[in-house]
Amino acid sequence: MTVEVKVIKKPGRTLAEQAYVPEIAKGLGFAMGRFFKNTFGPQAKKEIDTVKYPEEKVEYPERFRGIHRLTQRSDGSPRCVACLCCSTACPAQCIHIEPAEYEPDDPRHGYERYPSVFVIDELRCIFCGYCVEACPCDAIRMDTGMHMPPSTSRDHFIYDKETLLSIPGRDGTYLTANPRHEPGDDTHPGIDRERGH
Amino acid sequence: MTTTFLVTSSLVKVLVILLITVGVFAPILIWAERRQSAMIQDRLGPSRAAIVLPASAVAFIDRARLPMWRLAALTGIVAIVALVTLTFVALKGSNPLPISTSSLTSSLIAFGAASVLLRAGYGMHSMIIRNSGKIMLIGLLHPVADALKFIFKEDFVPPKGDKLLFSLGPIIALIPAIGAFAVIPFASSLHWDYLDQVLPRTGEIAGLVVPLQVASLNVGILFIFAIASTGIIGAAISGYASDNKFSLLGGIRAASQMVSYEVVLGLTLVPAFMVYASLRLEDMATWQHDHVWGIFVPPLTLAAVTFVVAAIAETKRVPFDLPEGESELVGGYLTEYSGMKFGMFFMGEFVEVVSLAAIFSVIFLGGWDVPFLYRDGFEFSLPFVSASYSVPVVHWLVVAIQFGVFLFKIVALIWFQLMIRWSLPRFRYDQLMSLCWKGMLPLSLLNILAVGAFILSGWLDGWVAFFEKLF
Repeated sequence: MTVEVKVIKKPGRTLAEQAYVPEIAKGLGFAMGRFFKNTFGPQAKKEIDTVKYPEEKVEYPERFRGIHRLTQRSDGSPRCVACLCCSTACPAQCIHIEPAEYEPDDPRHGYERYPSVFVIDELRCIFCGYCVEACPCDAIRMDTGMHMPPSTSRDHFIYDKETLLSIPGRDGTYLTANPRHEPGDDTHPGIDRERGH
Repeated sequence: MTTTFLVTSSLVKVLVILLITVGVFAPILIWAERRQSAMIQDRLGPSRAAIVLPASAVAFIDRARLPMWRLAALTGIVAIVALVTLTFVALKGSNPLPISTSSLTSSLIAFGAASVLLRAGYGMHSMIIRNSGKIMLIGLLHPVADALKFIFKEDFVPPKGDKLLFSLGPIIALIPAIGAFAVIPFASSLHWDYLDQVLPRTGEIAGLVVPLQVASLNVGILFIFAIASTGIIGAAISGYASDNKFSLLGGIRAASQMVSYEVVLGLTLVPAFMVYASLRLEDMATWQHDHVWGIFVPPLTLAAVTFVVAAIAETKRVPFDLPEGESELVGGYLTEYSGMKFGMFFMGEFVEVVSLAAIFSVIFLGGWDVPFLYRDGFEFSLPFVSASYSVPVVHWLVVAIQFGVFLFKIVALIWFQLMIRWSLPRFRYDQLMSLCWKGMLPLSLLNILAVGAFILSGWLDGWVAFFEKLF
């Protein structure tokens, strides 16, 4: 079997290239074209890649895991039922939850609990997203599209329940697209922890 | 001519030159170089230096924006109406309207200027709002920020260096660069007594004449060579005084490079002296005004190209910036400099860029000459057709146009130099030297020979006559 060899011409040895001047003209022409396109050209044709950062921002990709938020029910209370799934799943152990029972006259009393304390230490968090995966209620999400705003104090990175509830998702809402079936709704399955199934 | 007038006019001229070089061109060049390189390389470039406005001012600007735009539109419409009416009057030959032509003209100028200014103000205000309340001026504040930083930085002197020479170096580098401007004419001479009159095109004019040039030396261009070669000392002694091997090597490189290219620089301009038959820069500009721009005289075209190459080497900028070649010599003779001393080297380099552009435009691009503009105004004519159209222009405006066009030529040449600086890679030192001694020196000598033949054979006169017939 014969091996076919493709001979590639050595670059840079032609007379025009050795004379240097035509190559200078070519290089200058290229640079000038670029300059005019990016300085005076129409906005759409400019190829400038950098942005003026704080004034202009490049959107993070859709699945970017930003800082956490706690989603709300339609009445503004947290969707979280304090099941502790997220804090259990968290490999960095940065979530601290203290569950509490709803008031006896609340229809949710005896059916589900709520977090009286929900704290995330954003400096410990490794942004793995396991808490979001673990949550059975779609109560914790990382769809804010924001990275942590910088600060000079460690205290500012300990996000409490109110802070987490006040962060909207990327679409600007505090809810999620998943429907929630509250006790009393027609769609509510009607099961109850205390009264049995 | 009284002595007071002479002293005052000279001071004004010196101030104008200082303003142009150190005051305007050098800071803007520092910005332009970074901005232009960014545009070539698809970056934004300097744009962060900003004056942060208080929130109340931002709110006021936001409110004032829309009325400003409306007012600009309104005044613009008035100006357009005035322009249309004026055109109508000019076409008709007489003015049947109740408004006089002069008031129409003045309202056109006033409303047009107001419209343009208001529109510009609207644009500026919108930019401030877009930048969330910061005045950024597309990065033009960076030279200011740089200067502030330079002034407040530690003024470091190497402990074992030569303190006197170390401090003297930047001064010797900066002053000659500015000094070169002394002999550059920036417009034709000003006839002080006839500022608002249309002068005759030819002939002597009596009265006070102010040459728009600081010093009219009969050695002219030789003065520039002499003063430019002083810059070598600045680089060399600062390299020596830094007590640093990199600096010393950089200084030696700078000295040998500049000495070598000085020879070529002088020889490339010899053809220009031969054609113009004068060493005075104002005579060169006048010759080109009377006949044809130097770059269009065939042997001088080659001289222009070689001059640009030699002059860029003389200013030690890319692709000939080996004295500060950072990959080999850290910063060359600039290594130990910081603060305003470095700033002076930096300024000197940019002033050299400006002076190179000015010298080139005076010797090869007609200096202050504007095509079709004569002492009595514009006269447009077509080649081989006797028809011509002339517009008389008053004297002060003629000089102002000449000055403006001269500045434009300088800016265009500076732009070209910056373009070269960002397009070409650096030479190796032996390539630099062989280009000088084996390439450009023989070439410029041959060019002198060619120009001699061109003049002696009478082709120069024929060429000039041909060009004069063309325009």
